[in-house]
Amino acid sequence: MGDIIEEKPVLYSYWRSSCSWRVRIALNLKEIPYDIKAVSLIKGGGEQHCNEYREVNPMEQVPSLVIDGHTFVESLSIMHYLEETRPQRALMPQDCYKRAKVREICEVISSGIQPLQNLIVLIYVGEDKKKEWAQHWIMRGFRAVEKLLSSCAGKYCVGDEITLADCCLVPQVFNARRFHVDLRPFPIILRIDRELENHPAFRAAHPSAQPDCPPEVAK
Amino acid sequence: MARMATETRAILYGFWLSSCSWRVRAALHLKDISYVERSVDIVNKRSQLTDEYRVINPSQKVPALIIDGATIIESMAILQYLEDTRPKPSLMPRTPILRARMREICETVVSGIQPLQNVGLLSHFDSTDQYKNFTKYWTERGLYSLEDLLQKSSGQFCIENQLSMADLCLVPQLYNAVTRHKLSLDKFPTISKVYETLLEEKTFSETHPENIKQKDM
Repeated sequence: MGDIIEEKPVLYSYWRSSCSWRVRIALNLKEIPYDIKAVSLIKGGGEQHCNEYREVNPMEQVPSLVIDGHTFVESLSIMHYLEETRPQRALMPQDCYKRAKVREICEVISSGIQPLQNLIVLIYVGEDKKKEWAQHWIMRGFRAVEKLLSSCAGKYCVGDEITLADCCLVPQVFNARRFHVDLRPFPIILRIDRELENHPAFRAAHPSAQPDCPPEVAK
Repeated sequence: MARMATETRAILYGFWLSSCSWRVRAALHLKDISYVERSVDIVNKRSQLTDEYRVINPSQKVPALIIDGATIIESMAILQYLEDTRPKPSLMPRTPILRARMREICETVVSGIQPLQNVGLLSHFDSTDQYKNFTKYWTERGLYSLEDLLQKSSGQFCIENQLSMADLCLVPQLYNAVTRHKLSLDKFPTISKVYETLLEEKTFSETHPENIKQKDM
């Protein structure tokens, strides 16, 4: 019988990309070792547009995950793939209704908030308007998330186990702070974020811990 | 003694023009789930913003589905709940890799395109023209991504030859692209071909906005 050498998964990631961050958290929670290839969204107009990266992901976005001999894109799709193929340290509840609650929170963040405060959209919106624009969509989305959490949260977003919803929430809270959103109206969101701040999987995935984090930002 | 009639069918809060509602309507149809639709006028009356509707959906959007005694929001969460609880006929491919390809397409639509051409954005622009330029630009950009994805995964449908959630996301978005945003699909041959095939499917013709609009009137 021949030896099967499994290649270590490679995550194409940008230190401050919330979508990349979600996947970093999920990989860490599942204790899947991986290498990071940093893709700067800023340098030279964005390394995601260069030919080398376009061969990895023609959609010119991060994250991309190369695993099991395939390349995967879209953070929620990647996380669900990891959940299906590496079910240890489950990030989804068994109960169908609770699974729906996890997905509601993930989707409110990944389609209701993040795309509207994404870097490329803010460039389009323009320097003058971008802060107000981002704040509006984050606050709107967080109002909905806070309401959802009021009926399904336990220690974490859904009950007392960490799920994909937590993987989506923490990066979005970071972004909210970047745009100086007043988070006082969202006590449950703040409590969960604080709870997860010191979790090793979340700490290791934090932007400041990434190899491409600028030295003046990393602590 | 008079008995209170209780609705035992699922209740879909949706709107005929809403692409997200169409996704769910098509899933209910495909899985042969009995439901009644209640129209929430998101365009003219802006009924999604009422306190009454906020109780149903704190996100103030359509769709919302009341089923099995619970309310579920977000079309992707609804679709996957329907799949979890009513697995046949299945809307998902059999292998994890094909399911990932399906979700890539779904997420490209639901987070990459739809939110950036939502009718709710209109009031955030100084003019209707600015809004139209914005929504058309991001839709077209998303179509380039979808063309790339479909070139790798499609057969008759988005994922080989089995109807899946990817198709339920694709059709409504393309309908918007062609009708609202006046985009030509000539640059997107794979998308065009799959779209034409899908429009022939009963699921899409029977749940088509033009049919639902008639019922609302």
